[in-house]
Amino acid sequence: MNSTDIAIVGGGPAGLCAAIAASRLGAKVALIDDNDRLGGQLVKQTHKFFGSKRHYCGTRGMDIATILEQELRALPAEMLPGTSVIGLYGAVPQEQSGKDRVEMTNDRTLPFPLSTSPLRASTSNGTLGLANRERFFKLGYKCLIVATGAAENNILFQNNDLPGVYGAGAVQTLMNVYGVKPGARVLMVGSGNIGLIVSYQLIQAGIDVAAVVEALPRIGGYHVHAAKLARLGVPILTSHTVLSTLGKEEVEGAVICKVGKDFKPVPRTARSLKVDTICLAVGLTPLSELLWQSGCKMVYVPELGGHVAWHNENMQTNLCHVYLAGDVSGIEEASTAMLEGRVAGAHAATQVLGPNPEARRILAESRAELCAIRQGPFGDKAACGKARLAECAPLGTVPARGLSPKPTF
Amino acid sequence: MRAKTSRPKDEGQRTKDKVLGRRIAQHPILSFEERNPINFSFEGRPMTGRQGETIAAALAANGIRLFRHAEKTGRPRGFFCAVGKCASCLMVVDGQPNTMVCMEPLREGVKVERQRGRGKLGDCPRGDCPQNRFYP
Repeated sequence: MNSTDIAIVGGGPAGLCAAIAASRLGAKVALIDDNDRLGGQLVKQTHKFFGSKRHYCGTRGMDIATILEQELRALPAEMLPGTSVIGLYGAVPQEQSGKDRVEMTNDRTLPFPLSTSPLRASTSNGTLGLANRERFFKLGYKCLIVATGAAENNILFQNNDLPGVYGAGAVQTLMNVYGVKPGARVLMVGSGNIGLIVSYQLIQAGIDVAAVVEALPRIGGYHVHAAKLARLGVPILTSHTVLSTLGKEEVEGAVICKVGKDFKPVPRTARSLKVDTICLAVGLTPLSELLWQSGCKMVYVPELGGHVAWHNENMQTNLCHVYLAGDVSGIEEASTAMLEGRVAGAHAATQVLGPNPEARRILAESRAELCAIRQGPFGDKAACGKARLAECAPLGTVPARGLSPKPTF
Repeated sequence: MRAKTSRPKDEGQRTKDKVLGRRIAQHPILSFEERNPINFSFEGRPMTGRQGETIAAALAANGIRLFRHAEKTGRPRGFFCAVGKCASCLMVVDGQPNTMVCMEPLREGVKVERQRGRGKLGDCPRGDCPQNRFYP
């Protein structure tokens, strides 16, 4: 069986940055992604990023993906694109002595005894089961960084399952990666930044946007994006929602209506729109399956998008060899995902290789930048969610073989 | 995905796409290079997609949005996330049911069919279907 120091699941902005940071510090890294191309959701982002130069401001997301991939290619990291993680074994590898023993605070009890896994004799702290198009194989790791990102939410309305009701990310993939139009006329649901940006990108691709509906009484995203749409004559209807989809086999129209302060439809305000596609930009949920399975402490934090693994400022869960970074640790944006990736990568590398002044510098710098971003007007929610995590800290850290829970620098 | 000026290889297909208007012809930021046409069949009908795209993208470019009928209700389904997360786009590809077509690259001559219900495992005509290659 192959083994590596740090296995990173997910090759988006967080995973790529974690791999770059850890590999630069000298750790043996394997980066796994189920797509053939690395970059995650960056590859379909045609808009330019905001922020400072260090966070690639003024660069389009798809170009950042290329920059990061090239950076990683110059390092001795192993890349496994087109590979899915289909198993996670031996996540709690070490026999815990009575003194160090920490009760698992999870509500879920695992259906199988992790500590009796046959891998106990190996030097790895766990093993991933991987499958690509040709074969199944295993990879042992000392540290695991989960950077799996998030999945798009759906919302409840009549016929919300008809073909033609697409997630905003799906629409972006179809038009920006493959150059295929998802439809001719689109209703956008949700006026957060994703909804606004994708609406603008639809117009750039020559597709009509009938309207943007938003249940809240105000626009959710940046004013600059909303203003661009307003200038193009796209109505942004606040306090509105979608009631149902018209059509039998495919979307042929949509019924929208006003909603009151209680988010209930206002009677006699329903009207139909002639659209062939309904695009949902109604938030994301962290893809935490691997973390659930690893047995680390999970916490429900609505501000972070749902269930997230509890983590400290080093992006370390209560299992000291399991890390997470990016949207899976709470829904934010690519800039914070990249910083979290750097933190996780640098800290995991320190755990494996021992104290390192360069790692300390990366950690301090990235954590400070994360704080700065979260102090911005749109960072409130995430900052609040991360603060909630601190309130429910686990009783202790579960140690792992060969790693010190609190590395000294 | 991005800029590279190459010569159109299939003038006929290009015109057809333009007429149908399902492929983006002009874009202020992106320019989609003309990629080789790939022939495949959907429900026995011949169709053409492009090299490097997924089966789902090729179907969308051909105006096909109904990919399967749900297992319990029989309701029509298409893709939702297009990045291999939601399993809404499962189709029968070369006889292999439950293929996530939003991740499956388009290959020449591939037979794509709508899936009804869960599909049947074990009657895969190809020798290299997943259950065989993982558990030989």
